Amino acid sequence: MLSAQSLAAIDREVAKYPADQARSAVMGALRIALVERRETGKTPEERCLNTEVIEFVANYLNIAPVAAYEVATFYNMYDMKPVGKYKITVCTNLPCALSGGVNAAEYISKKLGIAIGETSADGKYTLLEGECMGACGDAPVLLVNNHKMCSFMTPEAIDKKLAELN
Amino acid sequence: MAIFVNGVIFDGVDTSAQDCWKLEAYVARGGYQALRRIIESKMPQEDVIAEVKNSGLRGRGGAGFPTGLKWSFMPRSFPGDKYVVCNTDEGEPGTFKDRDILRFNPHALIEGMIIAGYAMGTKAGYNYIHGEIFEEYELFEAALDEARQAGFLGKNILGSDFSFDLFAHHGYGAYICGEETALLESLEGKKGQPRFKPPFPASFGLYGKPTTINNTESFASVPFIIRDGAQKFLEAGKPNNGGTKLFSVSGHVNRPGNYEIPLGTPFSVLLEMAGGMRDGKKLKAVIPGGSSAPVLPGDVMMQCTMDYDSISKAGSMLGSGAVIVMNEDVCMVKALERLAYFYHEESCGQCTPCREGTGWLYKVIHRIANGEGRPGDLELLDSVGNNMAGRTICALADAAVFPVRSFTKHFRNEFEYLIEHKKPLVDHKWC
Repeated sequence: MLSAQSLAAIDREVAKYPADQARSAVMGALRIALVERRETGKTPEERCLNTEVIEFVANYLNIAPVAAYEVATFYNMYDMKPVGKYKITVCTNLPCALSGGVNAAEYISKKLGIAIGETSADGKYTLLEGECMGACGDAPVLLVNNHKMCSFMTPEAIDKKLAELN
Repeated sequence: MAIFVNGVIFDGVDTSAQDCWKLEAYVARGGYQALRRIIESKMPQEDVIAEVKNSGLRGRGGAGFPTGLKWSFMPRSFPGDKYVVCNTDEGEPGTFKDRDILRFNPHALIEGMIIAGYAMGTKAGYNYIHGEIFEEYELFEAALDEARQAGFLGKNILGSDFSFDLFAHHGYGAYICGEETALLESLEGKKGQPRFKPPFPASFGLYGKPTTINNTESFASVPFIIRDGAQKFLEAGKPNNGGTKLFSVSGHVNRPGNYEIPLGTPFSVLLEMAGGMRDGKKLKAVIPGGSSAPVLPGDVMMQCTMDYDSISKAGSMLGSGAVIVMNEDVCMVKALERLAYFYHEESCGQCTPCREGTGWLYKVIHRIANGEGRPGDLELLDSVGNNMAGRTICALADAAVFPVRSFTKHFRNEFEYLIEHKKPLVDHKWC
C-alpha cells in the first residue's frame, strides 16, 4: 500500500525508539503515509488518510489499528477529510491577526473564490484557518501542505506564491 | 526578523549567514568546549548540577522553575533507562523563540542536552518539535547527524565511557503537547492527553522511566553556564532571575522579532528595540508572557521590567517571554474572542470542566463580540471560569481562564458597553 521509499522512512522512525516501543513511531509513520498519499493522489479523496491506510500503518508497526486511528484523529495536521492538491493553512491567531493574518486569510479566500474550510471545485486548493505555528514574528504566515512555511505573506507575496503553485 | 542583543544563546551568531547553524560555525563560536571540558576533567555529575543551580537559570518554557533543582530530582544512580526530553513544542500564541534556536543555533541545544544527559546519567534523549515547523525539524536532524559524525553524540563520546544519543520527534498539531506529560504521551505514540501528577516525570516519565523535561531555551543556555561559569550567567540578569532571556515581540510594533536581553530590562527599552509602536499609535495593552498570561494595560507595562518577579508583581506572568503588543485600535472583546476560540479548539477533551468550559467561554464572548451579549454575561463568564480553573488535570483550563479574567478586569468598560449598546466602544481594526 505504501512505497518502498515510505517504508524505509518509517523504518528510520522506528529506529529512533527502544526496540519494544515501535508505537512511538506512529506519528512519524502516519505523516509519511500522508505525504505519499498527497503526492500520488489524483483526487481530494485520494490525498487524505483513510481507515485502510491507517490500518496498514498500524499493522506495519504491529500495534492495534485503533491506536493508530486515535492518533490520526487527535492531531490536527493529519488530513482525515478530502483535501486539495495545495492545502493552505493561514494562522489567524491573535499575534498574527495584529500583523495581518486575518487580512491574509480573507485575501486568499477572495482570490481563490472559496470560503475558509472549503476546497476549490477543481480540487486544487483547500483553505484553512490555523492555530499558532510558532512563527508570530514572521506574520502573516501560512503553511502549504503542512510542511512548507511561508513568511511575511503580504498581498503581493500571496499573489506570487499562488502563481507559483499554479 | 531576529535581533539579538547581549546574548547568551545567540552570542556571535550571524543569523543572516546561511551556515550559521552548522557544527563548524558553532565550534568556531566556542561550541562544544563545555562538553569537552566536562568529559576531559571527568567533572562529577553533582558539580555540573550545582553549576546550573548556581546560575539561577529558571525554566524558559513558562513556569520559571529552577532548572538545576529540577535536574537534582532525577535519581542519578537509578540503574535502568532514564531520559532527557526537550520541549520544542512551541505553540503558545506569541511565542516563537525556540524556532529561532533550531534555525540558527541548534548545536547549543544539542550540547546542552548532552551535558544534561551526562549530569543525570541518562543514555538517550528526545527533542519533541512543534508540528508546524517541519523545515526546522529536518534541519535539526541534519545537525544531529553532524554531532554524531564529530563524536559528540553516540557511543563513547570523545573517547570516554559516556554514551548518549539524541533523536528528534516531530509533533503534528496539538497545542496540548507543550504540557510536559501530554508531550510524553505523544512521544509514546498516543493521544497527547496530560497525565495526572504525581507521579512526576522524574520518577515516572517516558515509558514509565525517570525523565527530565526542559524547554529548548533552558537547555541551550547550559553550554554558556558551564563554559563561562554560573556567576557570569547570573550577572547577565538580576538576582533570582539569572541570565539573559529571549523575548518574542509580536503585534503592533515596527520590528517584531526575538530579542535576547538581560532579565530585568525595562519593558520601555524592549519596546524601543522593537522599533516602537507601528504607525506611531498609542500603546493600549500588552500580554507579557504568551497568550495564557494575564493582559496588562499599557501604562502598567511601561512601569515594569522584564523579569519573573516584576511581571508577577504587576499581576501577570513572564511565562515564555512572548510579548504581544496591542494598540488603541484593538477592541479587547474581539481580541479575547480570538484567544477563547484557540483554547476551545485546543482543549484535549479529557477533563469535563475544560472540554465544556472552553466552549462556553468562547460562546459567551463570541455573542458579546457580535452585539448579542446579555445582561449577566460577565458574571456568567466569572462563574464558568471559577468552575474550570484548578479543577482539571493540567493547566490548560487555567490558561483559558486567565485571559478572560484579566481582559474583563482591565477593560471591563468595553465589555459592558458592547453588552448594553450592541456595538463596540472601539472601532476595531486588527492592523
